Amino acid sequence: MTQIGIVGYGAYIPRYRITVEEIAKVWGENAEDIKNGLMVYEKSVPGADEDTITIAVEAAKNALARAGIDPKKIGAVYVGSESHPYVVKPSGTVVAEALMTGENVMVADFEFACKAGTAAMQCCYGLVKAGEIEYGLAIGADTSQSRPGDALEYTAAAAGGAFIIGGSPLAVLEGTVSFTTDTSDFWRREGEDYPKHGARFTGKPAYFRHVTAATRLLLEKLSLKPSDFTHAVFHMPNGKFPTTAGKELGFTSEQLKAGLVVPHVGNSYSGSSLVGLTAALDAAKPGERILVTSYGSGAGADSFSFEVTDRILERRDNAPKTEYYIRKKENIDYGTYIKLKRKLKQ
Amino acid sequence: MTHTSSVPLYWRLKKSKYNVIGTRCRTCNTAYFPGRQLCQNCRRKGEIEELKFSGLGKILSYTIIRTAPQGFEQYTPYAVAVIELDEGTMISGQIVGNPAGLKIDQRVKPVFRKISEDGSDGLIHYGMKWELVDGQ
Repeated sequence: MTQIGIVGYGAYIPRYRITVEEIAKVWGENAEDIKNGLMVYEKSVPGADEDTITIAVEAAKNALARAGIDPKKIGAVYVGSESHPYVVKPSGTVVAEALMTGENVMVADFEFACKAGTAAMQCCYGLVKAGEIEYGLAIGADTSQSRPGDALEYTAAAAGGAFIIGGSPLAVLEGTVSFTTDTSDFWRREGEDYPKHGARFTGKPAYFRHVTAATRLLLEKLSLKPSDFTHAVFHMPNGKFPTTAGKELGFTSEQLKAGLVVPHVGNSYSGSSLVGLTAALDAAKPGERILVTSYGSGAGADSFSFEVTDRILERRDNAPKTEYYIRKKENIDYGTYIKLKRKLKQ
Repeated sequence: MTHTSSVPLYWRLKKSKYNVIGTRCRTCNTAYFPGRQLCQNCRRKGEIEELKFSGLGKILSYTIIRTAPQGFEQYTPYAVAVIELDEGTMISGQIVGNPAGLKIDQRVKPVFRKISEDGSDGLIHYGMKWELVDGQ
């Protein structure tokens, strides 16, 4: 059986950042307490001319540069997000046209809170494995929303990760599983600007239960144990959740280090675990294993195991690394943040 | 009142705007953006073909917009530049980011961005803008 996995990957993070101090100053809160509690120091903010579509295109161009394939060979473009610019009119149509994939292409927008991008990856994997398409493009991107003054404001960020799935991969997809229940920890109703959440309820019965269950199911399916992986990436609503979940599962902080992008990027929702995976791939050596478990409120978790191949050495430098985008930043004040995010209603 | 544009016009131009696609005369190698169907040098002897520009180029001139036209108010201050593309010919476009410190001859690369929006319920227009190449 031909090996299937990641042929090319790419990340994109907007350049603007707002610090926890800057937000805490406005709301009269203690920045040190928040930083210690969340393990987040600043978050990315999209420019006024950036949205899920532009972020998806930029990340996908990086993935294409690494894959080195003719975009016309891409048979599916699936964009996962909870901030698609249109409610009706698929983001994927613009993304596919901008990438010049050709018109014989399956396109759909995915939504499953923060794990829509990994759901897209599973669909691409299935289609490639079934022989229906040669390559599939899965993207997770968001410009996440948060109500001014809400705890989410410290972390709700913008970024995206894109993955081309196909044969001759730089990382073989060894297996994937999902764990899904009806658990209402975070939601946004039709027509509402901002989401609502269950505060502490988003923890134990939601994030931790699903992330640990999906990861354990994957390890059981593949007969692997945490020590078989060099890198592990868990969805990053903040720094504390993935660190705690990893520890509970038996992963060390060293295994989480490469993919833990949240302290200086924030939670990019559908982009979160995928941007973490791009950072882990940037650091990985051939033969190493990477575990990725996403989480989407509502709720579910997708877990994957990848084994990195020699091809990563020839493809990795064909696009900017994730660290490049993390370092390429411009800090803004709260007023500019409000302007860029268009939070003032006229 | 919100400015609205022609949906068919956006549809017709999307290919050239999403990727800076113009034409080139194979006879004299002159590049055109927007694409031309007839070479102004070779006339009937010219052979026109589609050309996907790299988008890379340098700033020939620029101006900083502080009082923006309708639909662009949220971007002020921003720079609009005339860019000389590496393949030849010129294109006008917005330079993203803070315009302070921009200089003529600086190298630029293309980025995919929102260009404008027809209000909150209309079409979103996407296309290329430019940003400075790192290290200048």
